[in-house]
Amino acid sequence: MPNLKDLKNRIESVKSTRKITKAMQMVAAAKLRRAQEAAEASRPYAERFTAVMAGLASAAAGSDSAPKLLSGTGSDQTHLLVVMTSERGLCGGFNTNIAKLARTKAQELQAAGKTVKILTVGKKGRDQLKRDFGDAFVGHVDMSEVKRMSYADAQGVAKDVLGRFDALEFDVATIFFSRFQNVVTQIPTAQQIIPFAIPEDYEAGETLYDYEPDEEAILADLLPRAVATAIFSALLENGASEQGARMSAMDNATRNAGDMIDQLTIQYNRSRQAVITNELIEIISGAEAL
Amino acid sequence: MQFDLVSPERELASMDAASVQIPGADGDMTVMADHAPTITTLRPGVLRVEVGGNTHEYVVTGGFAEIGTQGVSVLAERAVAKTDMTQDDMDAMFDEVQDAYNRAKQAADGNSGPVDDAAKLMADIVAVGSEIGLSTKSPSL
Repeated sequence: MPNLKDLKNRIESVKSTRKITKAMQMVAAAKLRRAQEAAEASRPYAERFTAVMAGLASAAAGSDSAPKLLSGTGSDQTHLLVVMTSERGLCGGFNTNIAKLARTKAQELQAAGKTVKILTVGKKGRDQLKRDFGDAFVGHVDMSEVKRMSYADAQGVAKDVLGRFDALEFDVATIFFSRFQNVVTQIPTAQQIIPFAIPEDYEAGETLYDYEPDEEAILADLLPRAVATAIFSALLENGASEQGARMSAMDNATRNAGDMIDQLTIQYNRSRQAVITNELIEIISGAEAL
Repeated sequence: MQFDLVSPERELASMDAASVQIPGADGDMTVMADHAPTITTLRPGVLRVEVGGNTHEYVVTGGFAEIGTQGVSVLAERAVAKTDMTQDDMDAMFDEVQDAYNRAKQAADGNSGPVDDAAKLMADIVAVGSEIGLSTKSPSL
């Protein structure tokens, strides 16, 4: 039976833990709102961009002169997995879910005899995948200095990926991130970015456009930008998901700490009562003996 | 005619414009209502939007403009209202293309196409600078 002093200390420490998790939850809530706004603000660009790209790509697909970013290298031997996770932990299953999806995919590819290369964005994913796929790592992008995700950050990642593509280091690139649905639901997602995949729900519009310069030149100009746009959207979705996941994880932690305090307080009171009863018995039996 | 200007980070403008002058890759073009549907890529330049007698000006680089039956959408990788342009923005834009030029030159391999493209981009940026009254560093070719 722990003595009273120990119990009291224990209660105090759980109380301060609860204070911290509560604060983290509130910080995450504030950041979540900002991250969500950023993700929403980026949507018009991404949607229109994809719509125009889909139109151009479906027209150019199949032609011999189509750029490699659209038609692929003609092989799918080497896969680059771009795994985007957070820089900080304490956000529930957020990083684990993304890493798990990437790991499953990598194992599938390896079982099919493909070569897998992994580029990680964010520290946590690197830590989780290091043990199984350490020798498949080709690079890491550090985002710990980034306070507010900007398009330039996405461009940096895109430049890295495109440089490797130009150097023929891989044939297919897929990004892994978490799509933000709401505070309690984030969906780990894999999206192929190279070669450009025409969205399945795309339907050709009725408008026939003139192109200036010609279609191919526009396509060649836009394809690298499409990679950056996809990465930017993914990073923003990830940012919102991370804060959402952290918020609910910290909410749970705060609630658990509360339950624990209640239990410990009951135990403390019982022990105190037992000590008092004991003392009384001692005094009474002492008096009776006289 | 509906006019939208969006950058990856946010929507900068959405208004009912009388005419829009777009710095297209093949030259400037002015779009008014009922323009033929066109998609054009942008070169770094100044986008002018006329709304009820007022002219709004934006500096845009990279991206494209989609002219549809409903109106014009300009998707620019970087778009800043001309009045908000600072020397720092200008320098950042310039450094970016200078950097791209140097890389293109290194990777040129006897193929002058990409190098010329990068040099043209640089010239476009310098032209934008002089148009809006901000100086750029001198390009090192």
